[in-house]
Amino acid sequence: MQERKPRFTSLSGFDTNLVYTHDDLKDWSPDEELGAPGQFPYTRGVYPTMYRGRLWTMRQFAGFGSAEDTNRRFKYLLQHGQNGLSVAFDMPTLMGIDADSLLAHGEIGRCGVAISSLDDMERLFEDIPLDQVTTSMTINGPAAVIFAMYLAVAEKRGIRLERLNGTLQNDILKEYIAQKEWLFPPEPSLRLITDTIAYCSEHVPKWHPVSISGYHIREAGSTAIQELAFTLYNGLTYVEAAVKAGLPVDRFAPQLSFFFNAHNDFFEEIAKFRAARRLWAREMTRRYRPGDPRSVQLRCHAQTAGCSLTAQQPMNNVVRTTIQALAAVLGGAQSLHTNSMDETLALPTEDAVKLALRTQQIIAQESEVTNSVDPLGGSYYVETLTNRLEEAAQDYFHRLDDMGGMIRAIERGFPQREILDASQRYLRESERKERIIVGVNEYVEPVERPIPIFKIGQDVEQEQVARLSDLRKCRDSFKMAGTVEALQEAASCGENVMPYLIDAVKAKATLGEICMALKEVLGTYREPVVL
Amino acid sequence: MAVASAPLRILIGKVGLDGHDRGVKLIARALRDAGMEVVYTGLHQTPEQVVNTAIQENVDAIGLSILSGAHKTLFRRVLELLNEQDAEDIALFGGGIIPDEDVAALTADGVKALFRPGAPVQEIVTFVKGLKPHG
Repeated sequence: MQERKPRFTSLSGFDTNLVYTHDDLKDWSPDEELGAPGQFPYTRGVYPTMYRGRLWTMRQFAGFGSAEDTNRRFKYLLQHGQNGLSVAFDMPTLMGIDADSLLAHGEIGRCGVAISSLDDMERLFEDIPLDQVTTSMTINGPAAVIFAMYLAVAEKRGIRLERLNGTLQNDILKEYIAQKEWLFPPEPSLRLITDTIAYCSEHVPKWHPVSISGYHIREAGSTAIQELAFTLYNGLTYVEAAVKAGLPVDRFAPQLSFFFNAHNDFFEEIAKFRAARRLWAREMTRRYRPGDPRSVQLRCHAQTAGCSLTAQQPMNNVVRTTIQALAAVLGGAQSLHTNSMDETLALPTEDAVKLALRTQQIIAQESEVTNSVDPLGGSYYVETLTNRLEEAAQDYFHRLDDMGGMIRAIERGFPQREILDASQRYLRESERKERIIVGVNEYVEPVERPIPIFKIGQDVEQEQVARLSDLRKCRDSFKMAGTVEALQEAASCGENVMPYLIDAVKAKATLGEICMALKEVLGTYREPVVL
Repeated sequence: MAVASAPLRILIGKVGLDGHDRGVKLIARALRDAGMEVVYTGLHQTPEQVVNTAIQENVDAIGLSILSGAHKTLFRRVLELLNEQDAEDIALFGGGIIPDEDVAALTADGVKALFRPGAPVQEIVTFVKGLKPHG
């Protein structure tokens, strides 16, 4: 019978056969390629019992307006059964700029919470027991500064740092590649990351100092192959930097974590999570021969694909998110964020975010997919995809090695161009209707029914500026300036900056002041424009 | 003999602090492929920089992308500056994460069009092609 299309391809562009059989896995050995759950090469998952032991952490990324506004949203989410926090900061905070800077005008509290000082951070976590929740903080350029604020809040409350558990995104390489929020040039940024890794290994052992992120690479338009390859290669770059700085690999590698996108191509996405674990275990073993098995285990957070959502017929986004979330679960993720249906229009309403959380709870509690570990292991199709993704990612590894590593590749615009080209390919495919997007290039409705939209108060900006001005009046500015000077000194002679950052935030130096001081020492960065 | 009209010159860029440049680059490529001259400003532009570049480069229109929620402030500031510089004949359009209500408010203020996730690129190209050369 005639098939519907001349070619069937995965979202990454792999040709897909009509059916997969034993012939596709001829030289494939389950012992070598799969292992048992919780055992090398971890294809089937990092834990022996996976979701039978413990479900994934349901962690909705949230933040808007003032610290109080976001604190209320955190409590709402915890009250509805979420078990981990995830902070979204606004653009000025992400760029290390104070709320009263001209550059911050119009941006304060819009796409996340505005944090300019330790006082803001204290209010953000008011009444939230920092030793009982896990907190993820999505921040990169100024990550070390924000982390210092979090540690200072814990100290003020008498919570010992070794009891803190959470994740700092702190992944600058993918910023140069995809998300474009940087403060300093790549090399000094890498040094700051090594400082946080070293500090955590000594003082905050349960903390994940870096979340090596493919999410943003994928959102920028990459394929699953590119997401996998660039992310793991970035991870290896951080490991190499820390090892070069003298840290034994087993002292810090168990605390590294990863963050992947869960996109539309269901089986390819499941295979991507499996391939990521196997490839990381193999590369880490080959390169560093660690003694601790945890050093080669890839633990990850996943988020459904924001870029797959449409402003048209927004309710359809609930269905997309459900399928993507299921892929992340079948792929064995350790924590998950599900996007809300209204996020192509604004930050989500409480109802929309609750529905997104309920989506996870339904998968976890009603679908029974959590009963057996890696339920698709051994599927001819999924194993073939896992193999192909691993091979394709290794091809990229070789190319990046040949270029002299990721920083050199970024300076040449290589990953940026690969991603832009992939995103244009996808666009062309959807324009030619080779890829159908429901409600966009097919099943279009001429009149759309509006949905409720979340609104952020207009007073946030003024309030935040006023608060900052009060802070500047009330603090001991002489003491503050001393801590900032000491920080600059430490940064210029290559000392670990973390203790100095903690002193500076405690002396009420603001985020913007600290970042400006660091820029004077570390420099700034302009990207090579790739178009 | 008819004089072939010069291609439209369009400034495309990111204003404000967010760095999400997937959409803006695809639009820049699409307009260029459609025969227009594209001036791409890159990231993190202030409204002042955008308007100055637009005037210096003698563009016919400005297309800006904002995904941080700062669209109301930033688009209005660009309109204001265009007015101050007597350059209101340079058309302003854009795209991003923008709710209906803000689209209505900003188009009432003078933004020619705002496109959102899922907007077909062809629709954007057709819109830009239909703009009048300025001056």
